[in-house]
Amino acid sequence: MAVTFMIPGFLRQFTDGRNRLASDARPATVGEALQHLWALHPGVRDRVVTEQGEVRPHVNVFVGTESVRFTGGLATPVAEGAEIWIVPAVSGG
Amino acid sequence: MVATRQITVKDGDVLLLVGTMKGAFLLRSSGARKRWEVGGPYFPGLSVYAMTFDDRAGRQRLWASTNSMHWGAVLRSSDDFGRTWTNPESANVRFPAETGASLKQIWKIRPGRRDEPGTLYCGVEPAALFESRDAGETWTLNPGLYGHPHRARWQPGGGGLCLHTILPDPSNRERLLVAISTGGVYRSDDGGRTWNSRNQGVRAEFLPDKHPEFGQCVHKVVLHPARPERLFLQNHWGLYRSDDGGDSWQDVARGVPSDFGFCMVMHPHDADTVYILPLESDEFRCTPDGKLRVYRTRDAGGSWEPLTRGLPQRDALETVLRDAMTADTMNPAGVYFGTRSGQLFGSSDGGSSWTRILGGLPPVVSVEAAVVGEPKPVRTAKKTARRALKARAPKRVATARTGAKRVVKARAKRVVRARAKSRSAPRRRVKTAARRGRAARKKK
Repeated sequence: MAVTFMIPGFLRQFTDGRNRLASDARPATVGEALQHLWALHPGVRDRVVTEQGEVRPHVNVFVGTESVRFTGGLATPVAEGAEIWIVPAVSGG
Repeated sequence: MVATRQITVKDGDVLLLVGTMKGAFLLRSSGARKRWEVGGPYFPGLSVYAMTFDDRAGRQRLWASTNSMHWGAVLRSSDDFGRTWTNPESANVRFPAETGASLKQIWKIRPGRRDEPGTLYCGVEPAALFESRDAGETWTLNPGLYGHPHRARWQPGGGGLCLHTILPDPSNRERLLVAISTGGVYRSDDGGRTWNSRNQGVRAEFLPDKHPEFGQCVHKVVLHPARPERLFLQNHWGLYRSDDGGDSWQDVARGVPSDFGFCMVMHPHDADTVYILPLESDEFRCTPDGKLRVYRTRDAGGSWEPLTRGLPQRDALETVLRDAMTADTMNPAGVYFGTRSGQLFGSSDGGSSWTRILGGLPPVVSVEAAVVGEPKPVRTAKKTARRALKARAPKRVATARTGAKRVVKARAKRVVRARAKSRSAPRRRVKTAARRGRAARKKK
C-alpha cells in the first residue's frame, strides 16, 4: 500500500461515505497522489482544488502532520506509506 | 445533523425561495399568502446567494447556488420542490484555464426569455457572465464581457467584485444588460458579443471623478417587461431612472430619507411602481432612525412614500441586501424581503400592509418569489365581504321540515356540549336570577 488519504466529513458524499482511502499507486508528489484520488473519486477534485488546479485557500493538505503549504505545495514529495490528510481550515463565521 | 422539513406544493401555490448564509428555505402558501409552510434548511451550513424557479418548457425546476467557504461554489437544481437536489461531481460553472481565474461566488441565476427556454444566465464573482443554452446542463463564460478592456480597472465592492444583475430585454433578443459592483452598467445590443458601459449620469461618490465612464458601484437595476426601455437603478448613493435603455440616467431621489440602499424591486403589473429599502449611509448600512421602512414610488420616481404598516418603527436597525427583496406576480402583488437579522417580512397587498412571516433565520441574502402553474384568483377583503353578504341572504327558503331538523340538530349539539361541560366541571348549585324566576313560575 503506497499512500492513504484521510477524507473529511463533507467530502465523504463523494467517496461512498469512506473516511479513509488506500491507494496502490506510488506517487512521487502530493500533486500526483491527488490525481490518483480524483481518478477514483472525481467529485472530490473540484471541492479541494479550484478550476486552475490550486488547493482552495481554506483547505489544508497535510502529509503526515506537516501542511504542504510549508513544504513546497503540490510538489511536496510523498514517501511510501504516507498518510495524506485533507482538512478544512478552521475558518468561517 | 439538522433535519430538513419538506413541503408539498400544489398548482397555484406561491413559493418564496429564501437563501441565507447557512442554507436555503422554501416557503409555500396558497394565493391568499396569509399562512406559509416552511421547508428547509436545504444545504445546511452552505451559503445560498442565488435561487430561481424555471417554469419554461413544462419544467418546474428550482435552482440554487451553494457556496462553501472551504469547498467552493456550484449550481444545483431540484425538479421536486427541494426533496432532491443535483450535486454535480464537477463544478458546473468554471473559468476556462486560459483566464487564470477561479470562481468565488455565484451571485445570480436568471432564466432567459420565455421564448428561449434553454437559455439561463448566471452572474459570478470575480465579475463575469456565464450562459447556458441547454437548460443549465453546461455553462460557458461570456467572452465578450470578460475580455472587455475596462475589466482590469473594475474594483471589488464590499461584497466582492461581482456581477449581480442580469436583465434580458424581453422584447429584443439582441439586448442584454448587466450590472457589476464596481464596474457599473454594461449593455450588449448584439446578443452578448460586444458590450458598452451605460453609466452616463450615475454618480460615483467614492471617486475623485464623480462621473466616470465606468466604475460606478451599482447595487441593483430593474425593468418592467411592458416598458423595457425604462430602467430604475439603486446606486451606492443615488436613485436613478433611464428612459432610453440606460443611455442616460436621471436622479429620482425625491423624498427618501437616504438614497443609499441595496435592493430595488419592480411591481409585476405597474411599470410606474418600484420599491426600495433605504439605508442610512455607506458608513452605517442600517435602516435610518431605527425604522424599518419600504419606500414605494407609483409615479416612476416622481415621489416616494414610506410603507410602514406592520413593520417595526422603533429600534429596528436592519440591513436588507441587494437580492433580499422581491415581488411575486399575483394580483394584488406580493412584496417580500429578508433581513440580515434573519427575519422575513411580506405584504400581500402591494406593500400597503406587512406581516413578519418568519424570524430566527440565518442572515438572509436572497429572496425570490414564484407562482407554480396557473395563479388562482386571490380573495381580497372586498371580495370576501361581498361573498359573506351573499351567503347571509337566504338562497333557499327552509321548509318546515328542514327547518325543524336544523333546530333539533342544534339543540342536540347544545345538549352534548352541556353534558360534556357538566362532566368536566363541578355542578354549580348557585341559583341564578333566571333560575329563581323559573322556580317561582313553576310554584305558581
